[in-house]
Amino acid sequence: MSVMNQLIIAPILLPLLTASIMMLLGEKHRPLKARINLLSSLLGLGIAVALLVWVQDQGQASAIGVYLPGNWPAPFGIVLVVDRLSALMLVLTGVVGVSALLFALARWDRAGASFHALFQIQLMGLYGAFLTADLFNLFVFFEVMLAASYGMVLHGSGRARVKAGLHYIAINLVASSLFLVGAAMLYGVTGTLNMADLALKIPLVPEADRGLLHAGAAILAIAFLAKAGIWPLNFWLVPAYSAASAPVAALFAIMTKVGFYTVLRLWSLLFSGQAGASAFFGGDWLVYGGLATLAVAAVSMLAAQRLERMASLSILVSAGILLSAIGFGQTALTAGALFYLVSSTLALCALFLLAELIERSRSANEIPLDDDGDALPSPLESLQPPKGINLDDEQKAVIGQVIPWTMAFLGLSFIACALLIIGMPPLSGFIGKLSLISALFNPQGLGVTPEQPLSLAGWTLLALLILSGLASLIAMTRVGIQRFWTPQERPSPLLRRNECIPIVVLLGLCILLSIQAEPLLRYTNDTAAALKNPEHYVSAVISTRPIPGPTSLNITGQVQP
Amino acid sequence: MEEVIAIAIGVLAASGVWLVLRPRTYQVIMGLCLLSYGVNLFIFSMGSLFIGKEPIIKEGVPQDLLNYTDPLPQALVLTAIVISFAMTALFLVVMLASRGLTGTDHVDGRETSE
Repeated sequence: MSVMNQLIIAPILLPLLTASIMMLLGEKHRPLKARINLLSSLLGLGIAVALLVWVQDQGQASAIGVYLPGNWPAPFGIVLVVDRLSALMLVLTGVVGVSALLFALARWDRAGASFHALFQIQLMGLYGAFLTADLFNLFVFFEVMLAASYGMVLHGSGRARVKAGLHYIAINLVASSLFLVGAAMLYGVTGTLNMADLALKIPLVPEADRGLLHAGAAILAIAFLAKAGIWPLNFWLVPAYSAASAPVAALFAIMTKVGFYTVLRLWSLLFSGQAGASAFFGGDWLVYGGLATLAVAAVSMLAAQRLERMASLSILVSAGILLSAIGFGQTALTAGALFYLVSSTLALCALFLLAELIERSRSANEIPLDDDGDALPSPLESLQPPKGINLDDEQKAVIGQVIPWTMAFLGLSFIACALLIIGMPPLSGFIGKLSLISALFNPQGLGVTPEQPLSLAGWTLLALLILSGLASLIAMTRVGIQRFWTPQERPSPLLRRNECIPIVVLLGLCILLSIQAEPLLRYTNDTAAALKNPEHYVSAVISTRPIPGPTSLNITGQVQP
Repeated sequence: MEEVIAIAIGVLAASGVWLVLRPRTYQVIMGLCLLSYGVNLFIFSMGSLFIGKEPIIKEGVPQDLLNYTDPLPQALVLTAIVISFAMTALFLVVMLASRGLTGTDHVDGRETSE
């Protein structure tokens, strides 16, 4: 128990320590730094898995680990909390981080300075944002994460990256200002920044201050939703993500999920059913904002030509689904959304890595790296065989050709990624979407007739879920035909071992999730149930006492508040 | 004093927003600076405004928020100032890189064709 409690801070300290070692090593010793980085990332993943197992082994009520970094009791000092939701996000971060790093070790880490140090700082910010239970501490970890991501998005340099990076930084700086304004307003109204304490104070806010409270929460939410990629605040995302180098974009697959995580965490804590007059404040905004995001992203996907752009738009599609699903505030729907989150994050990470490998076989000037926003997709006339190739079997038998293993690997992986993102059976994307649809129709679980029929928003989500899948199917099929079936002579790309392993691992995890979906579904169900009843979280945080020091034994009686 | 602070925050935020929406990178960076000044003042004013009161406990003065100003927003402002300063410096570097690569200080990296 106590050892596990100490482990809660390890995901933050470990990357910080590793990054400082990298900085000390300087620009030389790249293989050594690569090895340390990989070791540290694997260790971080191991710690995350240990925390997940530990949280799951506890009973339903006490599945919360609280760590007081400053040894001050909860509302006064900063608190780190690991519960089911945090643990799930930690493991996801670890998996995505290790995969992106493995891919980067093959080639990309040589493309610019300080890649390894920035990578570790980025991981630290991500882990910290998932662990902290204090609003201002969350701001600090957001800034740590963003500062590293500014460096990462420019990794490899080049005109497109610098241009997209400039916009990305400006947008995020404005969003950070909004974050500060929102946090300051919440502090002004409630007098606390601790999330658990906020949940206690919000029902007590006098009626005169409630408008101010809601305004503060809404400003705060705008900062998070801009990061989560809600329409119309998501115009920066697609250029930045599709310009970033492949391993960085793969790591960024988890970055929009940070925005989603904070919205889910704060909304379920601050405006839960127990929040009195503020209960479920802003839920409709999440639902309709998510639906608009979903619709716009699905249409944009039909017009996308580059695979990276398509992957970025898929991130927006999944962000739209997730935000609108949690906005309903139903346990079953949140559980389905969390399952979908895991599956789609893994698949999108794999798709970003795969996109670079597939595009590598094409010549660089065939499709410029600048955005293709103006041009509509070209028709598939390139399927006409070039002159000199005889495909007519009346004249001559077509000579069979051995498919190089690289093309076979890329093709099969692409099909798996596409199935996962579209949500077609048999892979886990389908299970995620199916559980969402099932939860829409049966909010109380299968077999229990719902009290009221499905609302208009529910029907819209259902229709958009299916239509966005169709849009992805069309777009993915077109890109697949253009990239794999076009009869053109082109050298098959050279793949390194380190570039194939992460894709195999990520897709393998998704396939495992398809076969063994039940444990994760049960876990996300428990998570959603815990989010629905935040009093366990609140009481666990508030009741944690600091550890008395050797000399403070005689004065602890006086310090009790 | 509330009015003075409110007007100051309003002017800073309005100028900041206007500058952020301008097409030159230098204007954007000045706008971001002004915005962060406005935000810092805003955080500071959340600790309720007093003249001549300290955030540190003194001997013989009752320990409540009537006699002291709230120290927490001051600590938050310090953190926010440091972070926004660092981010502005970082943005400046990217701005210079963009200027070097594109040869223009337009935020889109190319002049609008007129």
